[in-house]
Amino acid sequence: MSRFPIGHVLGFLFSLLLTFAAAGIALKTSLSFKTIMWIIGGLAVVQAGLQLTMFMHVNEGEDRHSQWINILYGVFLAVIIVAGSIWVMSFGGTHSH
Amino acid sequence: MGIKWDEFFITGDPLILGSQIAIVLTMLGIVAGLTYLKRWKWLWREWLTTVDHKRIGIMYIISAVLMFFRGGMDGLLMKAQTSRPEMEFLTAQHYNEIFTTHGVIMILFMAMPFLIGLMNVVIPLQIGARDVAFPQLNALSFWLFFSGAMLFNVSFVIGGSPDAGWTSYFPLAGKEFSPGIGNNYYAVALQIAGIGTLLSGINFVVTILKMRTKGMTLMRMPMFSWTTLVTSIIIVAAFPIFTVALGLMTFDRLYGTHFFTLSGGGLDMLWANLFWLWGHPEVYIVALPAFGIFSEVIATFSRKSLFGYKSMVVSIVGIALLSMLVWVHHFYTMGAGAAVNSVFSITTMLIAVPTGVKMFNWLFTMRHGRIRTTTAMLWALAFVPCFVIGGVTGVMLAMGAADYQYHNTLFLVAHFHYVLIPGVVFAVFAGLYYWWPKMFGFLLNERLGKWHFWLFVIGFNVTFMPMFFLGLKGAVRRSYTFSVESGFSNLFLVSALGSVILAAGFAVFCYNIYWSLRHADRNITGDPWHARTLEWATASPVQPYNFAKLPVVDKLDAFWHMKKSDSPELTLQQTEIEEIHMPNNSGLPFVMGIIFGIAGFLLVFEWHLAAAVAAIGIFACLIVRSFDYNDGYHIHKAEVEQTEQAWRLREGEVNRYVG
Ligand code: HEM
Ligand SMILES: [Cu+2]
Repeated sequence: MSRFPIGHVLGFLFSLLLTFAAAGIALKTSLSFKTIMWIIGGLAVVQAGLQLTMFMHVNEGEDRHSQWINILYGVFLAVIIVAGSIWVMSFGGTHSH
Repeated sequence: MGIKWDEFFITGDPLILGSQIAIVLTMLGIVAGLTYLKRWKWLWREWLTTVDHKRIGIMYIISAVLMFFRGGMDGLLMKAQTSRPEMEFLTAQHYNEIFTTHGVIMILFMAMPFLIGLMNVVIPLQIGARDVAFPQLNALSFWLFFSGAMLFNVSFVIGGSPDAGWTSYFPLAGKEFSPGIGNNYYAVALQIAGIGTLLSGINFVVTILKMRTKGMTLMRMPMFSWTTLVTSIIIVAAFPIFTVALGLMTFDRLYGTHFFTLSGGGLDMLWANLFWLWGHPEVYIVALPAFGIFSEVIATFSRKSLFGYKSMVVSIVGIALLSMLVWVHHFYTMGAGAAVNSVFSITTMLIAVPTGVKMFNWLFTMRHGRIRTTTAMLWALAFVPCFVIGGVTGVMLAMGAADYQYHNTLFLVAHFHYVLIPGVVFAVFAGLYYWWPKMFGFLLNERLGKWHFWLFVIGFNVTFMPMFFLGLKGAVRRSYTFSVESGFSNLFLVSALGSVILAAGFAVFCYNIYWSLRHADRNITGDPWHARTLEWATASPVQPYNFAKLPVVDKLDAFWHMKKSDSPELTLQQTEIEEIHMPNNSGLPFVMGIIFGIAGFLLVFEWHLAAAVAAIGIFACLIVRSFDYNDGYHIHKAEVEQTEQAWRLREGEVNRYVG
């Protein structure tokens, strides 16, 4: 029996929405460059989460817990390495090279 | 190109000339010996092409012992040079080269392979598996490590050693201030060895997560398996940072980019930042497996299960997370400001908490235990107070403000030797005495072991304790000499004498291997120490397939409980014997190691075209491998039965192993 893939359809619509929102904010508003970057960066993260859960089976199978642990650990490392380095090398934000 | 051929071989220094002659003679000796004994085929078949985790482990350990010898010689040369004021034994340049190669070799080519070697031998056995997840990849890991290590080692006779410290800080390590090729060796050789380590990390994560025997949940794993799992995860997290940093360094030195240079918009301290983002986790990569070894040894020889198993696991994971959060404590004096330095002071001090938990767990494991003071246990006993000295001085250094005083002095050098020697060297010695029978089927001599132990531990303390006081008095590190007026003479002399005792301990260790090889009793059981974990449930030395039937586990310390209850797990019925599938040997990893070595060597000399041509060989090997459909062979029932009978029927006894 085939169930109507409601999850996939919703995911697809949300993805479209997020993409158009990002394009609209980037092309049709006169916000400052920095604000735009933050907003579309934020939307990209939401979009990534959406894709992972709706399409990429991250919540399924016997490995679902370890998949989330892996992703969170990866994010932790990326934040530490990138944000940490910027913070330290700009001398706590007081010094710009 | 611009290589001056008369500078290709380092000439004019009697010490180096001596080593060149010694190297040539040793190589000739090995070639002649192998030919005379007709052992070339044997060497190729049994060792160079092996994918057996136990043999790979043994090759790691042999390399590590050789590298310990090399690094130790460096240490002794430095101690000789500073034994008296204004000594003229080594020049400043030579001293720079020696502390650089000493540091790199000890950490990357001694500590790492020693521990990875023990992991290779023990981990599949401890989790009841027949091999690691990717046996051929495992061989590749070894050959890449070996190739990197050899490339680094030839630097002192061909082309010149790196001389900018094991940390190779920019701008000193850049082309501008180190124009020779010495530092190219650092960038290239560590890159090659690093790839091997990264592959090992991946291999062990998969092995431990996917290949545990039936019933062995994560919380029933022996502690050494736990520490290996967490260590491997840190390797996978941290080594790519070093890969990238070394890559950028290579670009700066070879292709004129400006990532870390002073001119052209480079940021020299960014190297320090990236180096320690890898370097601090690296310290835990070598410390955690060592903690695992002590946990096994202490539990076995106290005849109790490990106290506080759960808190041990939690603190290992905690250390793993915290280890990524402390890297700035290595360069507080960059002056990143009060906010940055305070944050990193606090995270650094926090690490003392889980480490303290582990200390108390070991002490409580021994409490009310019936302790047997075997050599392995002695190393564990000595580890506790010595490591505490290293740890407490570490908390002193952790305070950013105070570190401005200690930074770059011998106080720091004493601190990290007090962490690395008890924390790693004592551990690998403990592990070696403990698991030696598993590898070779006989015990190391216990009486010689005790000589080794006492000389080494006393020598270690006499060498490094004075360095704390020298450092507090203002003696700086990496300085090749000092004046009479400084008043450092006596402490430096004591320290130099200590290093002679230390060396004597190492010599006894080598003699012990020789003696035991010749004379030790071969008639031992699979379980000579009355131990607790699965590696002891099979023969010593271990048969190629590890277990005729995979053990089923229902508790922690499974083997101990099997023995107590005379479990049927320990016996083997005729009907339980089955054919066993084994992976085939492969020459490919060895060949790839050689090609990597050649390409690396050419790159060091900046012969780009030749290096690129050699690198084609690497891709050729990858292609060959991907068309390799050979999937192993089977060991037949009859052979399994014969092997099993041979060790199971033997009435083994540990006799004659004392003296
Ligand atoms: C076995 C006896 C050893 C002796 C006699 C010894 C001696 C020394 C000496 C004299 C220095 C240089 C001090 C200076 O700055 O002038 C040094 C540096 C160092 N040692 Fe050792 N050491 C030994 C073992 C080890 C071990 C086992 C490790 C690591 C596992 C190690 C890691 C290092 C490192 C990383 C440095 C810093 C190198 C640098 O400044 O770039 N040492 N050691
Ligand atoms: Cu550190």
